[in-house]
Amino acid sequence: MSKLPYEVQTEPVTPLSILNPDGEIVDEALMPELSDEQLKEIMYRMVFTRTWDERAVNLGRQGRLGFYAPVSGQEASMIGSEYALNKDDFICPGYRDMPQIVWHGLPLYQAFLYSRGHQHGGQIPEDVHVLMPQIIIGAQILHATGVAMAFKKKGEKRVAITYTGDGGSSEGDFYEGMNFAGAFKLPVIYVVQNNGYAITTPYAKQTAALSVAHKAVAAGITGVQVDGMDVLAVIKAVRDAAERGRNGEGATLIEMLTYRFRPHSMADDTTKYRTKDEEGEWSLKDPITRFAKFLEKKGLWTDEDTARVKEEAKATVNEHIKKAEQTEKMTVNGLIDSMFEHTPAHLEAQKADFQ
Amino acid sequence: MAQMNMKEAIRDAMRVELKNDPNVYIFGEDVGKVGGVFRATEGLQGEFGEDRVFDTPLAESAIAGMAVGMGLQGFRPVAEIQFVGFIYEAMDQMFIQAARMRYRSGGRYNSPIVFRTPFGGGVKAAELHTDSLEGLALQTPGIKVIVPSNPYDAKGLLVAAIRDNDPVFFMEHLNLYHAFRQDVPEEAYTVEIGKANVVREGSDVTIIAYGLMVHTAVKAAEELEKSGVKAEVIDLRTLLPLDIETIVKSIQKTNRAIVVQEAQKTSGAAAEIIAQINEHAILHLEAPVLRVAGPDTVYPFAQIEDAWLPNPARIIKAVNQVLNF
Ligand SMILES: Cc1ncc(C[n+]2csc(CCOP(=O)(O)OP(=O)(O)O)c2C)c(N)n1
Repeated sequence: MSKLPYEVQTEPVTPLSILNPDGEIVDEALMPELSDEQLKEIMYRMVFTRTWDERAVNLGRQGRLGFYAPVSGQEASMIGSEYALNKDDFICPGYRDMPQIVWHGLPLYQAFLYSRGHQHGGQIPEDVHVLMPQIIIGAQILHATGVAMAFKKKGEKRVAITYTGDGGSSEGDFYEGMNFAGAFKLPVIYVVQNNGYAITTPYAKQTAALSVAHKAVAAGITGVQVDGMDVLAVIKAVRDAAERGRNGEGATLIEMLTYRFRPHSMADDTTKYRTKDEEGEWSLKDPITRFAKFLEKKGLWTDEDTARVKEEAKATVNEHIKKAEQTEKMTVNGLIDSMFEHTPAHLEAQKADFQ
Repeated sequence: MAQMNMKEAIRDAMRVELKNDPNVYIFGEDVGKVGGVFRATEGLQGEFGEDRVFDTPLAESAIAGMAVGMGLQGFRPVAEIQFVGFIYEAMDQMFIQAARMRYRSGGRYNSPIVFRTPFGGGVKAAELHTDSLEGLALQTPGIKVIVPSNPYDAKGLLVAAIRDNDPVFFMEHLNLYHAFRQDVPEEAYTVEIGKANVVREGSDVTIIAYGLMVHTAVKAAEELEKSGVKAEVIDLRTLLPLDIETIVKSIQKTNRAIVVQEAQKTSGAAAEIIAQINEHAILHLEAPVLRVAGPDTVYPFAQIEDAWLPNPARIIKAVNQVLNF
């Protein structure tokens, strides 16, 4: 069907990409400023996170973790986006976004406690600017909007960042949040990690929009699409968005094209909805091997480095899971006391059943 | 002292707190220049500026969710949901997100937010503008529920709510906004959250009510007085926390009680109050505690509103039932 002369026109977007799958820079001009030390640090975090993810899946199978959403494949988008922030920027994560808040400062054992259903998991240290992961899809988008409103009101040059998936971009809260951010020109970054599936529902069945990034247009905010398997592109896009936010230029929606190599959570069977071909194609874009190639060419990374980081990660995970397991259990009475600042009489009375 | 109606008293509570505390922010749909569809915030933007009192886009979930985000950054948002029927749009943010922030974060964050909303029947408003939805909030752990019945209480309770470090659902009965004037101090004062008020003393039966129903109950009590029945009327003021002590004390004296609510009968505030009376005062009762409430239908269109709502005649009938049990 031909377009109507008065129809709103939108063109397909081209995703930002800096590093090709062979680990070569395709556009030097876009390369974010990063020292060799920083490049190695980013690689360290990605390898560490992959190892932690593998361990977490196993720990889950052993019943030592509770709810856990795997992240392998999404390291570039998660680690890169957090790396692009300042320490005092605020993160409102979705349920899969544990790496970002851990690298932003949440102690790893608390991440494990959160997974094990212990409320100390969410008891964020004072100098760490994150919320615990949100289970209600989209709710965190509004919290980030409110945090950004607070930064703006206080005149602080900080940004709030929040994450959801392609599925989450269908929620009403996603639109409400972006619209508020547009109307109030808030320093907030909405990241949609489009990993192709919402549990089992593919992107094509999620929306008829040309891209998630296009959804920014209606809210009057900036929308960009990024190769989410390319950590350098992710860093570039988030840094730009953060800078715009700090300069009072408003909000950005960033769609990151990424893939989760593992199932949605521990419980589903990917063979029911994905093909081997598709998985193979995406594994060629693995953010870690791609970045490793780049670093190797620069003489900054070797296989031995990878092996060393893996060992280190395993030891750290073990230490923290032990700490989580040794943390004193919650009590019902403690739970009762955490409902209000001052426990009201009716709740105080309910403690009697749990002495 | 000034003479104020309930709406003016509510506005005055926001005014004194905007003045007292730079962290208080007022926002919602149309609350700015015109001061809200009921003018409850009229003049506040003029006095405190667009930074402190501002209009938002039309989206209830975002209004409530933005309040949550601002709350965890140390602000004290007073968010208006324009009419009670629109709280469904905001329920996740009000009753799940705000109400469990303290629990989820192990006490690291809280939600010092007031969600104000007008509600209440008898004004022939549009559909879903007047329903009594306090029961939804009561079933939600972590949020306080306040329903004032007069200007003095409304101001004192709202000031207390704004200063409270936990989220408060503050319901303002539409039919009380302009109903009458009362002496209200112009400075800031608080009425304690969780304390009921015995508005009329009596020895034969206790009538427990809140919001507009307090006045309906008083009318019924005045009628009953003519036939020699002395009814005590309790204005709950706060539904959560509930002042069960005052209720029990009254029942120890009267041995009979009824609970009046505008909301539909099943599973509402009245059911909860009666359950607590059973737990705390069963041996003082001479008769079952009855409910006078709306029937379990959707809230009707304006035409039969007056017949639908509890009135003095139905209260008197229930009182006679418990007296003659
Ligand atoms: C409001 C709400 N609806 C449904 C769910 C159940 N649910 C959990 S994850 C999920 C799919 C999310 O997909 P997406 O946003 O693409 O994120 P991804 O898991 O792919 O990272 C659904 C439907 C939920 N947690 N919250």
